Amino acid sequence: MISLTINGKAAEVDADPSTPLLWVLRDHLHLTGTKYGCGMAQCGACTVHLDGQAIRSCVTPVSMASGKQVTTIEGLAEQALGKKVQQAWQEVDVPQCGYCQSGQIMAATALLQQNPKPDDAQITAAMEGNLCRCGTYNRIRAAIHKAAELQGEAK
Amino acid sequence: MKTVAEHNPNRRNFLKGSAALVGGLVIGFYLPIKGGRAFAADAAPAQVFPPNAFIRIAPDDTITVVVNKSEMGQGVYTSLPMLIAEELEADWSRIRVESAPVGAVYNHTGFGMQITGGSSSVSSSWEQLRRVGASARVLLVRAAAQEWGVPESACRAENGQVIHAASGKSLSYGKLADAAGKLPLPENVALKDPKDFKLIGQPVKRIDTPEKVNGSAQFGLDVYIPGMLMVLIARSPVFGGKVKSFNADEARKVPGVEGVYQVPTGIAVAANGFWPAKTARELLKIEWDEGAGAALSTPKMRADYLEMAKKPGAVARKDGDPAGALKQVHKSVSAEYEVPYLAHAMMEPLNVVVDLKPDHCGIWTGTQSQTMDHASAAKVAGLKPEQVEIHTTYLGGGFGRRANPMSDFVIEAVQTAKVIGKPIKVVWTREDDMRGGYYRPMWADRIEAGIGKDGRPVAWQHTIVGQSIVAGTPFENFMTKDGIDQTSVEGAATLPYAIPNLQVDLHSPKNPVPVQWWRSVGHSHTAFVVETMVDELAHMAAQDPVQYRLALLEKAPRHAGVLKLAAEKAGWGRKLPAGHAFGVAVHESFHSYVAEVAEISLEDGKIRVHKVTCAVDCGMVVNPDGVRQQVESAVIYGLSAALQGAITLENGRVVQSNFHDYTALRLSRVPQVEVHIVQSDAPPTGIGEPGTPPIAPAVANAVFALTGKRLRRMPFDAETLA
Ligand code: FES
Ligand code: FES
Repeated sequence: MISLTINGKAAEVDADPSTPLLWVLRDHLHLTGTKYGCGMAQCGACTVHLDGQAIRSCVTPVSMASGKQVTTIEGLAEQALGKKVQQAWQEVDVPQCGYCQSGQIMAATALLQQNPKPDDAQITAAMEGNLCRCGTYNRIRAAIHKAAELQGEAK
Repeated sequence: MKTVAEHNPNRRNFLKGSAALVGGLVIGFYLPIKGGRAFAADAAPAQVFPPNAFIRIAPDDTITVVVNKSEMGQGVYTSLPMLIAEELEADWSRIRVESAPVGAVYNHTGFGMQITGGSSSVSSSWEQLRRVGASARVLLVRAAAQEWGVPESACRAENGQVIHAASGKSLSYGKLADAAGKLPLPENVALKDPKDFKLIGQPVKRIDTPEKVNGSAQFGLDVYIPGMLMVLIARSPVFGGKVKSFNADEARKVPGVEGVYQVPTGIAVAANGFWPAKTARELLKIEWDEGAGAALSTPKMRADYLEMAKKPGAVARKDGDPAGALKQVHKSVSAEYEVPYLAHAMMEPLNVVVDLKPDHCGIWTGTQSQTMDHASAAKVAGLKPEQVEIHTTYLGGGFGRRANPMSDFVIEAVQTAKVIGKPIKVVWTREDDMRGGYYRPMWADRIEAGIGKDGRPVAWQHTIVGQSIVAGTPFENFMTKDGIDQTSVEGAATLPYAIPNLQVDLHSPKNPVPVQWWRSVGHSHTAFVVETMVDELAHMAAQDPVQYRLALLEKAPRHAGVLKLAAEKAGWGRKLPAGHAFGVAVHESFHSYVAEVAEISLEDGKIRVHKVTCAVDCGMVVNPDGVRQQVESAVIYGLSAALQGAITLENGRVVQSNFHDYTALRLSRVPQVEVHIVQSDAPPTGIGEPGTPPIAPAVANAVFALTGKRLRRMPFDAETLA
């Protein structure tokens, strides 16, 4: 049994310790907001936070998450910043198919956590690993600026 | 794996007597099918579920619109309800959406089957859904008038209410729905004059955005049903190959594996989770009977195609005498073009959940092609059509792949469920999806063209070589004319420029690589070829590429309109920063017209696209922000392919496997995309695809303007540009 803390709640799972966190979230806990896109850290669809850092859950063994705080898209709204990012995403109407967006939002929130007012180059650097086949990139950039603005106002 | 019944019941089970349970008004219509061959005989089940309905109004005033098109990012869950809400005079904030089950009432009005494709969701629903909305409004007003004992003409519908101004009375739709639901449907309802539209034409926020930012939107991969096993299938590494023998001893030892089975498409591993299934699949030892497909290699295929392109094929269009005219032109040019196979690479790889019982089959998947998948599933399952239910989830991208004419992924999943005998989810890994075929065909083209002394084109001879995507599919009769797959020549045989002597012909070689429609279908390659060649002629004539085209588009005012608009908005002709250049292209597809001006430079020998200025004429616009989204998306999808996309084969094996070697555009390389919409009174036309075709030629033409080098092969990153 592996003990995890996910979105502030304790969970016990019976999985091989080498199982990627992604599949524990999805197959064991049915937290399906975190997506599978490539399984090899190429697309960012599986991005979650481990102690506030954006990580690719498809290549992170579940054993590495034990004893740390895991945040997924389902728990993001419990954080003030996460909520603002989601609000910005709605105001800009970013998603199309939506499949990549959990990962985009998780990556963007981690960026804003570390850098409350990123410029375009910093956004590009932080978001380069997140693919969007629907090509919502320009709106993602706009929404990150918007979220920074919303968060700035809130302070 | 815990197996919790997790799939969202309120989204899916509405059919189970929705009217009875919810009460209120349910409206469904059959409209006569316009044009097109009805597929009904062999594919569409008759009315499978009662009641066939587009609208449900609940006592709490919630209006549920049942959408018969699949939401794959293109915004139909917003634009189609807008059509109903406009005529219904609904309160937009009370609109909810559900995906339609399979039923003839939900057939595409043009195709006679339930399908999402051809950039036709809005155009095919434009009349139908406005009529649905208007009819419901008439009934609600009638119900209110009867309730109050006043003439209908004294009542009006507004924002989800019926109001009797004289008495100041009003009743909400939710309160009227029950009574309205008992009235007979009105026969001929009048539709609004477009100048009275309140909602249509306004930028409306997408209905699906909230679910897509909080992780609750349910895609096929997110469906978990009780007792379900995860299944990965080892398929032949070569197209058309078959299992000769296999050994699963090691695979079976992986904890969590429930079984290994031979299925028609390969060897299936069933486990209590994705990870054990994948781990076990890697331990399978399979010997394949590879068949003829093993001989395929891209360099040889390219050489064969180019050889074929030297001789004319089956004639798709012939005006005048191009061969004769070419002998007398002032100047001429001949050029060969090559574009590779492309994978759709939707962000969500293919997957299907099947719950097969002796008398019922439940299927959950993101499909674009319900009628055909449903009929295929029933056939494979050996069940009656009414015993098969397809639940269309959100699609994590479609781009055509999820409208497979052979229902490949659904048939495979049902076949596999039959063998395994338990509820399953067949998951394609990214590698499976990318190597699974059904690609945009590889093409080779050859054009010989000549201009007269005045610079105008006199002769144009265009030969196209590539596989037919409809050959051997149920679409073959419907989409082939005089032996020519119309999708192979679209955009080429429909060349809008005034050229007196013109021929377009086609070779359709066959090989085992499965091919399919890919966003913008034939246009994805023809626009590149014809728009770079026209540009070449303009330069040969020493004329401005925009002016040159305009002079040849006198009889094509909508092409000319978008071309002028894009040129004007981009500032065509102005001085650009050093090392920058403009390129332009204009193309019609899916009855919409798009011109794009690309501003580019070179960075380390690679193309950097700074900005793309687009002008689109897609007739009347339902949701302008939706149109903008689609054009932004289509440009980036097309640019991704133009710069980077290629699927290649070596000894029958697909070389690429994941996003590290089939690369897609990332943020650092994404241009600014500006979209200008032409005001129009014409009926709405396509918008999901038409933004894709012009981007490759616009960029290639800009590269010529900058470097003097003509790009005639995709992807452009493979070319040397220094
Ligand atoms: S699924 Fe993890 S990065 Fe793509
Ligand atoms: S919204 Fe579809 S992949 Fe990003």
